[in-house]
Amino acid sequence: MSGTETTGIQAPSRAEYCVVACAEAWRDAGEILASPMGTVPAIGARLARLTFSPELLLTDGEALLIADTPAVGATAGSIEGWLPFRQHLTLTATGRRHVMMGASQIDRHGNQNISCIGDWARPARQLLGVRGAPVNTLNNPTSYWVPKHSARVFVEHVDMVSGVGYDRAAAAGPSATRFHRIPEVVSNLGVFDFETPDRTMRLRSLHPGVSLEQVTGATGFALTVPDEVPFTREPTAAELRLIREVIDPKGLREREVPA
Amino acid sequence: MTQDKTMTADDVVGRLESGMTIGIGGWGSRRKPMALVRALLRSDVTDLTVVSYGGPDVGLLAAAGKIRKLVAAFGTLDSIPLEPHFTAARQRGAFEMVEMDEAMMMWSLTAGAQRLPFMPVRAGMGSDLMEVNPALRTVTSPYEDGEKLVAAPALRLDAALVHLNRSDVQGNGQYLGPDPYFDDLFCEAADQGFVSCEQIVETADLLKEHGPQTLLIKRMFVDGVVETPNGAHFTSCVPDHDRDEAFQRAYVKAARDPEAWPAFVERFLSGDEAAYQAAVTAFHQEEA
Repeated sequence: MSGTETTGIQAPSRAEYCVVACAEAWRDAGEILASPMGTVPAIGARLARLTFSPELLLTDGEALLIADTPAVGATAGSIEGWLPFRQHLTLTATGRRHVMMGASQIDRHGNQNISCIGDWARPARQLLGVRGAPVNTLNNPTSYWVPKHSARVFVEHVDMVSGVGYDRAAAAGPSATRFHRIPEVVSNLGVFDFETPDRTMRLRSLHPGVSLEQVTGATGFALTVPDEVPFTREPTAAELRLIREVIDPKGLREREVPA
Repeated sequence: MTQDKTMTADDVVGRLESGMTIGIGGWGSRRKPMALVRALLRSDVTDLTVVSYGGPDVGLLAAAGKIRKLVAAFGTLDSIPLEPHFTAARQRGAFEMVEMDEAMMMWSLTAGAQRLPFMPVRAGMGSDLMEVNPALRTVTSPYEDGEKLVAAPALRLDAALVHLNRSDVQGNGQYLGPDPYFDDLFCEAADQGFVSCEQIVETADLLKEHGPQTLLIKRMFVDGVVETPNGAHFTSCVPDHDRDEAFQRAYVKAARDPEAWPAFVERFLSGDEAAYQAAVTAFHQEEA
């Protein structure tokens, strides 16, 4: 379908499928801030802006909004705005943002943990802390990126609910559900969403080369699997060129998701 | 009349007492008032409640056993995701933790500065912050919407420590980098504000090369001004200097190794600020 074989372009790597899957999170997002955390999401957000979502705003990773879309890690040629932390935190509550966060643990309801492993009072392993996960999940669309899908990440129960999932938001009431939305979870194995009657995690697509058994075997809870599971879409030849030559010429994506 | 508030880092620490609640400006490993933190490390002030967007300030104070309670949303070195002393201290239960969301903490400091009991926020609802902070309360909107929200409690500070690029002797603090962080808010929420800076300049020179919006901190919130060149080291203080990544890596390596840490303390943290800066210079000569 992509024409990659007929044009002689090297076939997409797993990392490149992941980039495209992340980019799709920001399709039709409109004029909002894309906040990618992690290398592959950062490449994906830039790809979205350079192709189907040109209205997106992007930061330089610090306090500036970049007007052009340089390679990841490169300095922007021009700046279109200022977004210091204080404004970034208040922007969240305006809803004009779609963040893709990491997850040390995530459960079938979409509860995410980046705070600590074990008992919070004295954790076996202290991680980042909740950071902005509580404010993000209750105020603007929050997707997740997991570069290494495993049963240690996709768990039955997370140890410390940092990002709020569908069940916990529902239990907390209308003020919690009002702006709560988890559009998707992208891992190195596939794409997942919560488009089920009870808002539990569903396999939306498998990355080409990944089997269903690989996913279910690396997931620590019962995943909803539709009768027909599509593959994650192919990158177009133009998208592959952008990823390889413009956005990530150093191949940082292959370090985050080895082939 | 110009009021000269200049003092030394040790003078600042002389104004602090054990048991106080201290807010520390900057963010992660960015523009932290490290010279003031180092002065705290040299003192016998302890048993502190520390409020911080945590970086090596939290790490060093935790390693020295000076924190009784930490109010924070994270502990990070930015280019190195986990602050090693922060994680180790949490794992050995070294202090009481009040974990907050990043935005919630901003609104709590705002409430403290505005002399309000709380600020209503959506953040926290449904998360385990409500479980691990049993003192957190919700509030119901008195208007038609009737929304139930988190009442982010006021954070009031006994003292704020911040590091700016420039200041005059009166405490008109100026930042020249891209982000003010929350340094003005920390000072406004505090009974005493202390500004360290790369360079003290004449008031008339503050705006010679920079716009008025660089004047972040007003002198009415400042009790002491300390000139500490490279005082944010090893955190960033752009445009004066970037983060010292090589030194930060050395810090992390030592902090992760209980055997190596005493030698790091001996080499870098056993003398005064001048000795520290000299040891850093020697470190880079060795690395080169």
